[in-house]
Amino acid sequence: MKLKQKLKEYWHKLGSPRWFYQITTNWVTFFGGSALLLLVTGFVWALAFAPADYQQGNSFRIMYVHVPAAMLAQSLYIGMGVAGFIGLVWRMKLTDVAIAACLPLGMVLTALALFTGGVWGKPTWGSWWEWDGRTVSTLVLLFLYVGIYALREAIPDADLRARASALVSLVGTVNIPIIKYSVEWWNTLHQSASFSLTEKPAMPAEMWLPLLVMVLGFYCFAGHHVLSRMRLEVLTRESSSRWVAELMLNKNAVDGTPQTSTTDHGKG
Amino acid sequence: MVGALLLREWKILLRARASIVNPMAFLLLSTLLFAIAAPQLVAEPSQQASGILWVLVLFTQLLSLDAMFRRDYDSGTLEQSLIMADVPFVAVLIRIFVQWLGTGLVIVIATPVIGPLLGLSWSAVPGTMLALLLGTPALSLLGSIGAGITVGFSRGGIILALLVLPLFLPVLIFGTDIVNAAGAGLNYTAQAYWLALITLVALIVSPFAALAGLRISVEMQ
Amino acid sequence: MTDALTLQFDSLACQRDGRALFAELNLTAPAGTCVELLGANGAGKSTLLRTLAGLHSQYQGTFQSPPAVYQGHRLGLDELLTPLENLAWFAGLESCVFDQTKALALAARLGILALAHTPCGKLSAGQQRRVAMIRWVLSGRRLWLLDEPLTALDTHAQAWLNEIIAEHCQSGGSVVCATHTDLSVPLKTVLNLRPPPEQASW
Repeated sequence: MKLKQKLKEYWHKLGSPRWFYQITTNWVTFFGGSALLLLVTGFVWALAFAPADYQQGNSFRIMYVHVPAAMLAQSLYIGMGVAGFIGLVWRMKLTDVAIAACLPLGMVLTALALFTGGVWGKPTWGSWWEWDGRTVSTLVLLFLYVGIYALREAIPDADLRARASALVSLVGTVNIPIIKYSVEWWNTLHQSASFSLTEKPAMPAEMWLPLLVMVLGFYCFAGHHVLSRMRLEVLTRESSSRWVAELMLNKNAVDGTPQTSTTDHGKG
Repeated sequence: MVGALLLREWKILLRARASIVNPMAFLLLSTLLFAIAAPQLVAEPSQQASGILWVLVLFTQLLSLDAMFRRDYDSGTLEQSLIMADVPFVAVLIRIFVQWLGTGLVIVIATPVIGPLLGLSWSAVPGTMLALLLGTPALSLLGSIGAGITVGFSRGGIILALLVLPLFLPVLIFGTDIVNAAGAGLNYTAQAYWLALITLVALIVSPFAALAGLRISVEMQ
Repeated sequence: MTDALTLQFDSLACQRDGRALFAELNLTAPAGTCVELLGANGAGKSTLLRTLAGLHSQYQGTFQSPPAVYQGHRLGLDELLTPLENLAWFAGLESCVFDQTKALALAARLGILALAHTPCGKLSAGQQRRVAMIRWVLSGRRLWLLDEPLTALDTHAQAWLNEIIAEHCQSGGSVVCATHTDLSVPLKTVLNLRPPPEQASW
């Protein structure tokens, strides 16, 4: 009972822009630092120390970018769907900022996953583009992203834009499993027996550990990016309120951490 | 409520016959274009027919979706049905149903004519009709979400296509698979169940989402 | 004091794109009131009416409003259907039985009886507005939200409109009417929309 109360309190606080800004100050630093550390470690490990593949040689190393990009691209879309759901049900304005931050990042990562897939495919499949199940799913994901992007561009009113993109990302997220399943079905019908990236023999630990580091690094980077954009948006929207003014004044004297003030001009 | 709403839609359907005639004219015209551009494809029964037929059906649906709520939006009857209806959800569902009657059902009935023109073998026609009967409602339902959210744009056509075509993909996959299986004389029960399931999910999700989209569009004025 | 039919605003201010359109409104209008809504072009009269009708969701403050009939610039008449068919549809939306005798009597009173079976697309703007007036009266809802209802009406029709509004208020209904021409209705309350104070809040 007590835990439920506590969670509820936390939830309502999260809707307050000022509280959100204060609580995420440390998170951004944490995610940013971790991302830097993990990505540098991962890159060096993956490129210099991981053993070459006995079949594919060194070309497999593009996997260390391809797999995290593809995973993150999909997670970001689902994240947009979750944010959309929260935004529609609780009318939380921050969720639209989250969607706005996830959208370009997710779109770029989907394109990156497709591109690196082609680069990887050339030496392994012998062609840049193969209508493989995963390729098709990723391409559809790109179109789902582009659809929301085009919709956002077409709606000038911020509030309506927020509701429309929340709705569409929610509908897209509900449809993703159906699309993925049907594309797999299609793939088993049409795929000629070629080398499949999905059914590789199990990787040795020296190969998948750097991959794990890279995946974590990508996720931390996304966390840093999305939170930073959300914080910036909070500051812009609240620029006329007192806590932002105090924050800006204190910024010169004390480093970053805002002093607590008695009045809260936030809407939450 | 349902009776009065259906009566109105029925009268409008009879008086504005263009809403039925135009999609069918488009479908026949594109069939003609295929026959001219790729005569070797449609000359004899082939596997390609299923794909061509389904893609044409998707495009016909897309064209008709753009007009789904347009008249009601422009005349103000849409905002009135959101305000005055006891259950606005029912009003939206009825509009989707009538749009399906005017396109999906007409396409199903026209399949014995258009299918063979595109090179579909006669043995595949019953299976194709079943696939279209199960699949086109999903197209109308999923499409209504995009139609509802883009009806406020003066030129929403391309955005509608971007929003809706990815959602149509599962219907296309199982739909063409049924037609191919029917043509080859294979059993297609599994695919038919999947298609029915997709339509069922669309029936549960779409009217709510379309209603939410319409509320956004009405607020855009 | 306030029953379900009272219209009440508490610091209500409609917004567009995060910007308040007018200074906060406070109002208590019991059943039977006719509120005349005044304000310059762009003051937010239409948006306020749409908010009360549930078509506009961006506002601050709160309001209480009974279920309402809303009449915007688009009349909500299908041009392929006759006035009677349109009215029957409106009754159907509310799940009411369509009272055709009453509708015809009103049509006769408003001088459009002869047009009852002509598609609305062939009616003039003023004639279409008279059909809309019939639907307010036929509706079971007690609050009318009217956005510039005098538009396109001739002098006869303007007099009928004032009569109909007065009768509605007498029978315990309420009206909120945005207008640039004074209504000649007894017992009206005037509500003026003023621009918001300069200071932005968000």
